[in-house]
Amino acid sequence: MEPVLTLNTITKTFRDSEQNCPALAGVSIDAYPREILCIMGPSGCGKSTLLRIIDGLEQADAGTIQIAQGTMAGSLSVAMVFQDPALFPWLSIYENIVYGLRLTAQKVPEDEVNERAAALLALTHLDSFAHSYPHQLSGGMQQRVAVARALAVTPQVLLMDEPFSALDTFTRRELEDEVIRIRDGMKTTIIMVTHNPEEAVYIADRIIILSERPAVVSEVLPVDLPHPRDPAGPEFIRIRELVTRRVLGKPDP
Amino acid sequence: MVLISKQDILNYGKGLAVIVLILLIWEVAALVIQNNYILPTLGAIFTVLLHPFAPVLGGESLIANMLQSLKEVLLGFFCAAVLAIPIGLWIGWSTEARAYFNPVIQILRPVPPIAWMPFAIAWFGIGINSVVFIIIMGAFFPILINTVDGVQGVRRRWTEVAMMLHATPFEQVRTVVVPGALPVIWTGLRVSFGVAWMCVVAAEMLPGTSAGLGFLIMYAYNLGQLQVIGAGMIIIGLIGLCADTVFRAGRSRFFSWQGRE
Ligand SMILES: Nc1ncnc2c1ncn2[C@@H]1O[C@H](COP(=O)(O)OP(=O)(O)OP(=O)(O)O)[C@@H](O)[C@H]1O
Ligand SMILES: [Mg+2]
Repeated sequence: MEPVLTLNTITKTFRDSEQNCPALAGVSIDAYPREILCIMGPSGCGKSTLLRIIDGLEQADAGTIQIAQGTMAGSLSVAMVFQDPALFPWLSIYENIVYGLRLTAQKVPEDEVNERAAALLALTHLDSFAHSYPHQLSGGMQQRVAVARALAVTPQVLLMDEPFSALDTFTRRELEDEVIRIRDGMKTTIIMVTHNPEEAVYIADRIIILSERPAVVSEVLPVDLPHPRDPAGPEFIRIRELVTRRVLGKPDP
Repeated sequence: MVLISKQDILNYGKGLAVIVLILLIWEVAALVIQNNYILPTLGAIFTVLLHPFAPVLGGESLIANMLQSLKEVLLGFFCAAVLAIPIGLWIGWSTEARAYFNPVIQILRPVPPIAWMPFAIAWFGIGINSVVFIIIMGAFFPILINTVDGVQGVRRRWTEVAMMLHATPFEQVRTVVVPGALPVIWTGLRVSFGVAWMCVVAAEMLPGTSAGLGFLIMYAYNLGQLQVIGAGMIIIGLIGLCADTVFRAGRSRFFSWQGRE
């Protein structure tokens, strides 16, 4: 199978007047269609930087990125969900979701805008809040809107940077299930940065462990468990503990 | 639906009580002093206020003078906003523009608008043009500075969301920077309307003007008709109050998201 996204030795050093801060030292990752990849690594190792480079918010110093093009009009290769929902508070939920579709870059006709919005509102269980404003929604609902806004442009790859870390355990689990549903329903490839080993093992097809800064891929762990996964199962726990040790750089017992 | 609570009524009552008290003290003092050149009685002031369409001191009516001032204020305020908002957006958006223009703004800003009067007269002659110019000078800076602040206060993340969805720079300004900065710009408009209103009265008081509330006050002073001055001041205060109410209502109507994002 052809990868949708190929990162080839991505290198990035932040430079200001005096100091150089190397963040990425040659990161190579392939992501395949309909795959959920979780990226884990020590704090400050360059995970956010990597996603921002994929999304074009940051420029890599060296290395190449190949992304499959959107297959239909009004569709982007990548879209991103940030740690904070960052909704536009002056727009209704509906208007937030269709924000990207109304930009000239997408040029989606208005009836298709309506269609996509309706589908996304249903997918994220937000139908009854279409005309509410962000400040009227809970944190979990706001993050759902942010997910819907990113999905509206039908990205080939959805990037998520610790999207659920500010949410409580229960909301978090619901949204994790939603991510799996989105992958199954929309056939999107999802790359999620997370600090939570349980979350990674719960949703990921592969877990990519990055080294200390400057980051390189130190290990790729496949998770071959059927969905829905049982976080209390012995294999689940084994992988979870393995991931935790690898991120911390501790030896196996 | 607007519900007026008991607490609201009580608070209005408290405010009203102080006003009544001040009027009472005024009236007692006026009756004791018995000198219209020092303190006109409330009766005399209200007589003027109750005949707003009657010619005052052989000139235009109170309403006509008020409309003249209002016209000048709205004209100057509008021009100032049209100039200051785009310039503010530009300076707030571009570090380069800020480097060029910030020093000159900081130098011009503290100059009291009325100090421009001699230049205004030299450039525009005596009359409405000079007055409007003064108002523009007064109203411009509060709008400009609030617009710059507003733009700089727009959350970086909002702009990143727009860039992530491939918004063009113009779309970023139109769909994120302007709406994100609007509550602060609105505050600037509110402040500057107050300044404009002060400027018009001050500018009209200068020699050579022939209409407006400031003119009326100065004219009445020259004729020793202090009750007209009192009436003029009350009108000025009431219009200021109305404008402020409108701006505040606009804020809670349109920017209720502010501080809750
Ligand atoms: N704009 C920037 N300018 C300078 N240095 C930066 C910038 N952005 C990130 N860095 C540095 O690059 C390194 C990686 O940052 P990044 O945010 O990618 O880490 P992270 O893995 O996402 O961390 P966390 O797990 O805490 O979210 C950090 O040392 C950080 O200080
Ligand atoms: Mg990060």
